[in-house]
Amino acid sequence: MTDSWSLRRPTHPGAWWLWALALAAAASHTTNPLLLGLIVAIAALVVAARRSAAPWAVGFRWYLTVAALVVVLRVVFRMLTAGSGPTVLFTLPTIELPAAAAGITLLGPVSAEALMAGFYDGLRLGTMIVCVGAASALANPKRLLAAMPPALYEVGTVLVVSVSVFPQLVESVGRVRRAQALRRGPRTRRHQLKTVVIPVLTDALDRSLVLAASMDSRGYGRSPDVAHRRWLTSLCLLVGIGGVAIGAYGVLDVGSPTWLGIPTMVTGIAVGAVGFRLAGARVQRTRYRPDPWRTREWLVAGCGVLAAAAVFLTSQIARFPSANPLVWPPLPLVAVVGLLIAGGPVLSAAPWRRWSR
Amino acid sequence: MASVVPVIDLADVSLRYGEDSRPVLRHVDLRIPEGELVVVAGPTGSGKSSLLGLLNGLVPHFSGGVVTGTVTVGDLRTSDHRPRDFAATVGVVSQDPLAGFVTDTVEEELAYGMEQLGLPPSTMRTRVEETLDLLGIADLRDRSLRTLSGGQQQRVAIGAVLAAGPRILVLDEPTSALDPTSAEEVIAAVVRLVHDLGVTVVMAEHRLERVLQHADRLVLVAGDGSVVDGDPATLMANAPVAPPLVELGRLAGWSPLPLSIRDARRAAGPLRDALAGRGPITPTPAVGENLITATRLTVRYGPHTAVREVGLTLRRGERVALMGRNGSGKSSLLWALTGLGRRTSGSVTRQEFSGGSGADDRPVALVPQSAADLLYLDTVDAECRAADRQEDVDAGTCRALLDRLAPGIEGAAHPRDVSEGQRLALALAVQLTGAPSVVLLDEPTRGLDYGAKAALVTVLSELATVGTALLVATHDVEFVARFADRVVILAGGEKVADGPTAVVIAASPAFAPQVSRVLHPQRWLTVDHVRAALA
Repeated sequence: MTDSWSLRRPTHPGAWWLWALALAAAASHTTNPLLLGLIVAIAALVVAARRSAAPWAVGFRWYLTVAALVVVLRVVFRMLTAGSGPTVLFTLPTIELPAAAAGITLLGPVSAEALMAGFYDGLRLGTMIVCVGAASALANPKRLLAAMPPALYEVGTVLVVSVSVFPQLVESVGRVRRAQALRRGPRTRRHQLKTVVIPVLTDALDRSLVLAASMDSRGYGRSPDVAHRRWLTSLCLLVGIGGVAIGAYGVLDVGSPTWLGIPTMVTGIAVGAVGFRLAGARVQRTRYRPDPWRTREWLVAGCGVLAAAAVFLTSQIARFPSANPLVWPPLPLVAVVGLLIAGGPVLSAAPWRRWSR
Repeated sequence: MASVVPVIDLADVSLRYGEDSRPVLRHVDLRIPEGELVVVAGPTGSGKSSLLGLLNGLVPHFSGGVVTGTVTVGDLRTSDHRPRDFAATVGVVSQDPLAGFVTDTVEEELAYGMEQLGLPPSTMRTRVEETLDLLGIADLRDRSLRTLSGGQQQRVAIGAVLAAGPRILVLDEPTSALDPTSAEEVIAAVVRLVHDLGVTVVMAEHRLERVLQHADRLVLVAGDGSVVDGDPATLMANAPVAPPLVELGRLAGWSPLPLSIRDARRAAGPLRDALAGRGPITPTPAVGENLITATRLTVRYGPHTAVREVGLTLRRGERVALMGRNGSGKSSLLWALTGLGRRTSGSVTRQEFSGGSGADDRPVALVPQSAADLLYLDTVDAECRAADRQEDVDAGTCRALLDRLAPGIEGAAHPRDVSEGQRLALALAVQLTGAPSVVLLDEPTRGLDYGAKAALVTVLSELATVGTALLVATHDVEFVARFADRVVILAGGEKVADGPTAVVIAASPAFAPQVSRVLHPQRWLTVDHVRAALA
């Protein structure tokens, strides 16, 4: 483990996703703003310490913005639908709805309890968004897709292309707007939209075509199989998906016969698995230096899972503090220690810095 | 020669893109034996890229169009195999290597093609290492592809297709975006592949001065659909596109035409004698008052300083070339001069333009590197009309300029459909329409053939005559020799040289034009100078 590659190699993207999803799961099981705040802080800290300068890594602040927006929206909606509570902060004029929607009042007295409930709710959703943002900032999407089973390979490539197109679009918009500023002429909003959108879109299209041509000439999509195999693969996948869907209906619908439930679902999964294998076998491609899953990956994923476990173990009352009556939320020790462990990846010995050179 | 089996065989190939459009290539017969370095030359928009595209089936499978005749490459015919089937036979590198990269890092990019072919991991490891060494990019293995310089990107792109083991390499203008030194590195790497590994290379190139001496065969695409091929020295005697060295050879009547500086110097003894004691007749530029002055200009992007305390003055009627390596801060300096780009400190002041119509409130005109960003309408004519309207000049001014830069562009064509050179000419014409007092051009000669460059020099000279100050950032030394009175060289964001063209570039090993190298120690820069002196 001491050779230079094992030190500077990036952490397996799957480990980051496990870590982040475990945090998100922890967030989904609590509305305690102290715990949620801690989760956001830890996610942001790890991102700041471990992210690269790659294009996908700079998007984290957008996730933060969206999360903040979600919180604000939740609070505003609570204000609209006039949640009741003893501590009335201010009163908005009530809007009477027509008889069809009787029983619902818009606006009216706004209570601190309602606002806090909205805030707790919004913060929970916002924290989950931040966790997903952390994963996408830390994990290289291309390497994640490369680690996927071969059956998903072609779908994965489509995603890779779209992932790389997006930052390029942002770059093009900046470049074209600068260039357009050089040209004189009317500066109406519609005109500006047209003068920026058209060059940016044609530019993106051109780049995509060059990329597609490059991938094609380098052998992307070579498949030596014969037509009937492909047909069989599609059939298996279709029957599999159908089986799973009908099975799920059978399981959930109490009135349906027994054979429509579990047996159909199991058959569907089995046929689908065969189709998956067939689709995978079609892809005749190999992997160059796949990301290994070693101690570091276990540690990163483990930190996340431990934190989630610690939150799950915390009592119901500590996880869901009451908003009505308003009380100061408790700070459960086990959950806090668990979440601090989730910050462990900050300390990891191998900072992933190869992009920043 | 008849016994040699060609690796590329085009038999009676014609290509047209639309049912009733004129054919791009007409009845082309071309046989290329193994291990040759083939240079494809021809005027802008003559169909060089289409010819290259035929070699792995991108034309017509990817681009569309109708191909008649047979194209056989290796043992495969493009009529019944798709480009992906040629991946192990032909490696194709497009003009913009960055746009063709699929992965993020050098090492992954080199392996990508092999992964698609399903090679075993052990083979991939060995080949990646071999390729890194072969192209001299071993120290870049972990680097992000986006952070590489142009020359490095081009070499990685070549390595990425080469690693899959093709015996044929197809390169579309591999040096068009590169400074002279990076271009040398790329060409040297390609030549080594041909000499040491016996790879067959087919390369389209506008700047023949960079590659002609290495060519075993020249393929001339005429523009009317016809294609001729043969020995470079023989074909060059009458070729419509010719580098300065060949023009000098034609002028001096050297036979066979020398294609390298070394051969030309051997033949140039009598010419040097005839020119002895004379110097180039260059009219002293009629330089007027200052039009724009930059003082201690600094441009910083985060921790990176692109331009450091540069002072620069452009005077009325002055023709200045801005040179320097890729990434030396040329573009940042141009943008800062327009007043629109980033400027961290220092000042840019405009002097009043006393050219008749009072004070000048025009922004400084700049044609950026990706010139297509300026264009947004759907036909060439519409762009020209819009430019006439925006600049408030007589209708047709822009179109007339365009016709002088690149004649024969169809007015109804979409600006994206014309060739790169033609598109650049259009953007140039649009920006020049209002006859601005200061004109900045960023890499205007990219993708232009010799005729278009000469036309550009003429147009720019006329602008200078009426008092326009011109600053052109370029890598093209031959263009600089013909165009500039004065050369400014940037290195690492700092100004390292600023002086008359003859003094600055003739002394530089990287920037000296061909004529100057051949006739050294005499100070001649262009064939026109020599011709004028001999007349």
